[in-house]
Amino acid sequence: MSLVEIREETVGYKGSPVLQDVELSIIAGERIALVGESGSGKTTLLNLIHSKLKGGSSLVPQELGLVQALTVFHNVYMGRLHQCSVWRNLRNLLVPLKEDIRLVLPILKLLRMEDKIHSSVGELSGGQQQRTAVGRALFHTGNVLLADEPVSAVDEHQGREILEAISINKPTVVLAMHDRALAIEFADRVIGIKDGRVALDQAALDMKPSDLNHLYQNKN
Amino acid sequence: MTSRSAGSPFAKTTKIFLGVAFICLIFSDVAITTVDPWDEFKRLLLGFLTPDFYATDNIIQAIAYTLAFAFLGVTLSNVIGLILAFLFHNPIIRAGCAIVRAVHELFWALIFLQMFGLSPLTGILAIAIPYAGIIAKVYAEILEEADPAPLKTVPAGTSGLSAFLFVKLPDAWSHFRSYSMYRLECGIRSSAVLGFIGLPTLGFHLETAFKEGQYSEVAAILLLFYLVIATMRFWMKRPLLPIYLIGAAIILPWGTTFSLSHIVRFLTEDIIPYPIRNGEGWEGLLDWLQMMVFDQAIPGTIATVQLTMIALVTTGFLTILLFPLISPLLLGRIPRFFGHLFLVIARSTPEYILAFILLQLWGPSMLPAIVALTVHNGAIIGHLIGRYTETVKLRLDAVKGFNRYTYEVLPRVYRPMLALLFYRWEVIMRETAILGILGIATLGFYVDSAFADLRFDRAVFLIAITALLNICIDVISRAVRSKLRLQTSLKQQ
Repeated sequence: MSLVEIREETVGYKGSPVLQDVELSIIAGERIALVGESGSGKTTLLNLIHSKLKGGSSLVPQELGLVQALTVFHNVYMGRLHQCSVWRNLRNLLVPLKEDIRLVLPILKLLRMEDKIHSSVGELSGGQQQRTAVGRALFHTGNVLLADEPVSAVDEHQGREILEAISINKPTVVLAMHDRALAIEFADRVIGIKDGRVALDQAALDMKPSDLNHLYQNKN
Repeated sequence: MTSRSAGSPFAKTTKIFLGVAFICLIFSDVAITTVDPWDEFKRLLLGFLTPDFYATDNIIQAIAYTLAFAFLGVTLSNVIGLILAFLFHNPIIRAGCAIVRAVHELFWALIFLQMFGLSPLTGILAIAIPYAGIIAKVYAEILEEADPAPLKTVPAGTSGLSAFLFVKLPDAWSHFRSYSMYRLECGIRSSAVLGFIGLPTLGFHLETAFKEGQYSEVAAILLLFYLVIATMRFWMKRPLLPIYLIGAAIILPWGTTFSLSHIVRFLTEDIIPYPIRNGEGWEGLLDWLQMMVFDQAIPGTIATVQLTMIALVTTGFLTILLFPLISPLLLGRIPRFFGHLFLVIARSTPEYILAFILLQLWGPSMLPAIVALTVHNGAIIGHLIGRYTETVKLRLDAVKGFNRYTYEVLPRVYRPMLALLFYRWEVIMRETAILGILGIATLGFYVDSAFADLRFDRAVFLIAITALLNICIDVISRAVRSKLRLQTSLKQQ
């Protein structure tokens, strides 16, 4: 069953098109990797999918969107702010409730962040901040997770761990990635973008990183 | 409010200040003592619905005088302040500026009133002297913060002055210009308030109209005052400044004469403690000091500190409530328009005028002062924080509504808000002392009584205590800010 159908002639900000002739559908349960040069339009496509899903998906933007002054617990808990009452949210802001800590803790364990639950995000390293943002998206109850370079600030081993944590928790995943090998390893479908167009869309099975080379060659 | 981890220095600081303010509030005298405050308020509202612009004689003249004092005072303070800024590394200049700006312009006006009477010199100097102290400090900071990188590219052997003129000054100059405009707005407010102690500015007519219960006239004066401030960016063009200055110098009533011997006597006799003047020796002086300290300085200081601490915390609370009114993250265009309007009015009304109005409505207690300080300062910081949120970018899937306010926005603005709040701590203290003139028992009350009794030695002694208290708060505030690593490039004082 198709979760979302995209048919757009042009997509972009205020008249300058970033993407052209985009036509794709995403089926529930798919794990998709978006690959392509920086500036090719991966983020725009990701945001487009997010807006089409109308709140049913959680998002890890490239700039993470964390609130630096709050703790890891608060930032992860924010994945469910819209589902809890305002009073409960206020309570949690002042003093975190034990039962909500119990809900957040397994996700942090998966990301090896459980010892940082009460640290404020501003004091964390780049990789830890990235894991916190992934944690927030995992805590969201939607079945779709969209992430823009979610493992760019961690080493390959940790990156694998994070991707695994994502796979276990969310049936449908769309990731923009720059590490081609990791993308092929993780995804079952690879969408390549070049110069604002979908240049490749095929199953990841038996694909080699070198098969993607043409996406990164010079424009002329 | 924004609890980070339990041991966060911000949470701890917030708790300490909340606790101190709470204790101060318990011992404060907060009450509405008028028989029917609502009736009075209704009459004031009715006045605003039926403003009478023809009730005040010479209202145009009062506006002209208000602007004239501000123009001459602020220009003079800019010239002096700029010169002092270059000499600011000198510890004597630095200390002198700290003392001069620790004394509120109304206190300066009360002192000059004894020397020059109602001559325009009183109003001009009352603005120029404390402002020069503030401007020297701010301009020195601007010069210090100017980008040092270009200085390294200057060819070796360039004279210090040339390097300064070509590298540092151009960068700093635009900051000087925008800050001097802000100072002019402050100067207009100060000038209006000087009317309350007898100078012929808007405050004088406002006080008279209020005391007579002429609320339509009160409304007209206030509306004209807002109009002058709100339209400032249209009429305040730099090329016109010389014309304004010459005009200001011509229209002010210079006719009043003052005698030099009078001034000399004030400075060399009147302000010397009475026992010394009277040859009563050390014992007499000791008695005098004991009386001054225990009967006036200590009770006045306690009330001043108490009110300052309450007002500081309530200002923080109000800021948290007010900044969303103009924040594009939280409200749409139309509600924001009304938010801007409200904040402009609230921050354009000097605390002194607001406290005066509330005192007439509610009767004497600390309440009018607390509310006046809170509304004015809360609107200023709320405005700055609201503008700050325009630069905050939220992620696409951020929540909406009240949850967005508590989780996404408030935690992000809490730190800059504390920075601004501590920055204004000293300003709030200076203003609290002044509100004593209205009858609230802060230090200004004792200063005003001393002037009324023509005991200038006491008045000057108490003003010195006030200045000392201000310098203490400035030092504490700076320590707290550096401990919390709070920085603010906002130069508003």
